[in-house]
Amino acid sequence: MNTINLTLEVWRQSGPAADGGFVTYEANDVAEDMSFLEMLDLVNEQLIATGEEPIEFESDCREGICGTCGVMINGKAHGPEKATATCQLHMRKFDDGDHIVVEPWRATSFPIIKDLAVDRSPLDDIVTAGGFIGVNTGSAPDANLIPVPKETADAAFDAAACIGCGACVAACPNSAAQLFTSAKIQHLNLLPQGQAERWKRTEAMVETMEQFFGSCTNHGECTEACPKEIPLDFIAYTNRDYVKSKIKNRKLAGQS
Amino acid sequence: MIGSLDPRVPDGPVADKWTNHKFDMKLVNPANKRKFEVIVVGTGLAGASAAASLGELGYRVKALTYHDSPRRAHSISAQGGINAAKNYQNDGDSVFRLFYDTVKGGDYRSREANVYRLAEASVDIIDQAVAQGVPFAREYGGLLDNRSFGGAQVSRTFYARGQTGQQLLLGAYSALMRQVAAGTVDLLTRTEMLDLVVEDGRAVGIVTRDLLTGEIASHSAHAVVLATGGYGNVYYLSTNAMACNVTAAWRAHRRGALFANPCYTQIHPTCIPASDEFQSKLTLMSESLRNDGRIWVPRDPDETRMAKDIPEAERYYFLEEKYPAFGNLVPRDVASRNAKTVVDQGLGVGPLKNGVYLDFAVARERDGVESIRAKYGNLFDMYERITGEDPYERPMRIYPAIHYTMGGLWVDYDLMSNVPGLFVLGEANFSDHGANRLGASALMQGLADGYFVLPYTIGNYLAPLLGTNPLPTDHESFRAVNAEVAERTRHWLEIKGTRSVDWFHRELGKICWDNIGMARNSAGLEKALSEIPALREEFHADVRILGGDEGLNTSLEKAGRVSDFFELAELMARDALTREESCGGHFREESQTDEGEALRDDDNFAHSAAWEWTGSDTEPIRHTEALEFENVALTQRSYK
Repeated sequence: MNTINLTLEVWRQSGPAADGGFVTYEANDVAEDMSFLEMLDLVNEQLIATGEEPIEFESDCREGICGTCGVMINGKAHGPEKATATCQLHMRKFDDGDHIVVEPWRATSFPIIKDLAVDRSPLDDIVTAGGFIGVNTGSAPDANLIPVPKETADAAFDAAACIGCGACVAACPNSAAQLFTSAKIQHLNLLPQGQAERWKRTEAMVETMEQFFGSCTNHGECTEACPKEIPLDFIAYTNRDYVKSKIKNRKLAGQS
Repeated sequence: MIGSLDPRVPDGPVADKWTNHKFDMKLVNPANKRKFEVIVVGTGLAGASAAASLGELGYRVKALTYHDSPRRAHSISAQGGINAAKNYQNDGDSVFRLFYDTVKGGDYRSREANVYRLAEASVDIIDQAVAQGVPFAREYGGLLDNRSFGGAQVSRTFYARGQTGQQLLLGAYSALMRQVAAGTVDLLTRTEMLDLVVEDGRAVGIVTRDLLTGEIASHSAHAVVLATGGYGNVYYLSTNAMACNVTAAWRAHRRGALFANPCYTQIHPTCIPASDEFQSKLTLMSESLRNDGRIWVPRDPDETRMAKDIPEAERYYFLEEKYPAFGNLVPRDVASRNAKTVVDQGLGVGPLKNGVYLDFAVARERDGVESIRAKYGNLFDMYERITGEDPYERPMRIYPAIHYTMGGLWVDYDLMSNVPGLFVLGEANFSDHGANRLGASALMQGLADGYFVLPYTIGNYLAPLLGTNPLPTDHESFRAVNAEVAERTRHWLEIKGTRSVDWFHRELGKICWDNIGMARNSAGLEKALSEIPALREEFHADVRILGGDEGLNTSLEKAGRVSDFFELAELMARDALTREESCGGHFREESQTDEGEALRDDDNFAHSAAWEWTGSDTEPIRHTEALEFENVALTQRSYK
């Protein structure tokens, strides 16, 4: 088993209102097969052994699908590996003697809870504003009564693959949430089932987003950081839908 | 063995029971629904679908999750698919066939009437999910695609690439958030249920801890619904997410709810073996890999050559040799046990000799590397990401891991526990999978319970309560439980011992895996029953929790969960020891056929065992529910 030794600079902050700062830790004998979060587990075991409070960070599935984890690693959201959530980043991607800076997501709309854990609840607020199709349980028609062209279904799926981790916001110099919001909007706007509420949904979600997050200036850092590689195209589709919605006569919504 | 539990299954032929029952149940009229308050704990598939559906009906719902968002529950990790008896493929599927396969797959240890209802609801789930915008795989004509899955001879599995769980959960989550917007559901995130409040024999509320502030709070309601998942993390290493735990169910158990069949745990054969002691979880890869991969180990325990350099004659294709008819495609439990046998014999591969090879060389020769890439590309990528080894060049290493638990809180046909007012859905209950769950059935059960069963059955319980108010949270019963929860929290912080929670959890996991794992025998189970309480005592005396009870403190959260795992582990061992037969995921070495297959004892064990808590230091009481099979004939499984 190959091991490496690392120096970590980790952001420690005892609570939302407290002052934070970097603390340096030596992480020795880190197995290359460990994930980044298992490396932090190891550091925490050592901290507990010496009587120091462990570093708080969030994680759950550790399979890259639940979207709970995510930290800035050397200034990059989810670290250096493309299309990879923090829990799926392994230590063999680092070299012996590396110096690694670990910070929480950087965005004012994601206030720090403690150490590396942040509050991403504005993302849920955007979904609550309209990220659904209004169909009550029991009122659905037979599933095959709604044919969806495969290409359309695939495109909607590409948007639906978003895991809601917030890396797009953290990576954006403006702390914009356009990639997340447009993924959520276009997943539904592209499908025939989503047409009835398309315009209302677009306006409500975009305007809720704007209450919390910065503006998009097409840097494209979001898609670079996205563990699911959600393409920028969805932002363009959303801008189109938003403009269309603003000039639309809602009574004719069904005729588009 | 005392008592015989009544599941209150409606009379009549199995195909008519649910339809008749829906008519017979009491209704709450639409205007009165808003007079009832319901607490739903957990927002995975079962919880989110239940909370959303109850909100749509007009009930006042409080939904809780310990996650920061309902979209993160572990339902999200399910890869393969969801079964439904749509018969879109014209291949002879039917509700009865899905029912039959599920009862047989469960090794005849489930309740027929529940399974039949599940198969009926499966059809509606697909309709509901598609209407919500769940992007299932489609054919070029725009209609839904299906694939086949283990334990079935028809194609009835609907799927969404390798992330069916995520897409179905996003559907249920969107329905839930729509009700949050509508004001019918009050959503509390980062809130963990730490106890159940029972008054006059009825569930009347819960006590929670706010994970951000540490505040202990009481919540009252007319009914409490637990949809809190399974207990696979009792083994420490499992495919479950880090936070999955048994606490909500276990606390309800301690307040009187019976815990049924805890020894029914499921092992998944194709997981990636652990690489070191600090491994935090195991990753599952779809079983479909066994369609083209050949499983083997070197015959020589001291083998040091690379896999490709080991000649054919020196390889032991143990499944193909033992089971010529099914070969590498024997069911999950058979494949898993055989892998354990060869690893225990010292034939394991990899740096820790804790895996077996899954070799695609023959398929690659036959079909070409592109064909392998098209079928399994994402799985191969995942494997390489985790292990750093290229599976196109060398065989994968796999080993079984715990991945689902069939046992759970006992519920009647209405999904209500023996404590009136306490309903249990999804993996948290014990009802539909018997001793073994078939693939693509977990998502189906969670959503059937939440969308299509509970919304009907809860009305039957609530209707007579019209005009009553929930117990005030300043009532003595609430204050007493509240004080107990606060005391437990203080207890963890006051111990100031020497070892971390994770250390104890790992040790507990080893005892469970070695003795209550893939194969069990009475000596091992007795050993577990003596070792677990000893380690539990040490845990309560020597665990070190730093920090305070205000603000985020993950170690403190884990301490309570691991403490409950200790008590559950003991019950698992006891249940496994008492069930002197092999069935599904429960393999007792003393009960096997001459060919080494699981041997049921239908004369003595065709029942579910539901345990009653009597205290930390006293033995629990074993109740039973007789299982009657009127529609499916009991047979011995054979895969030779």
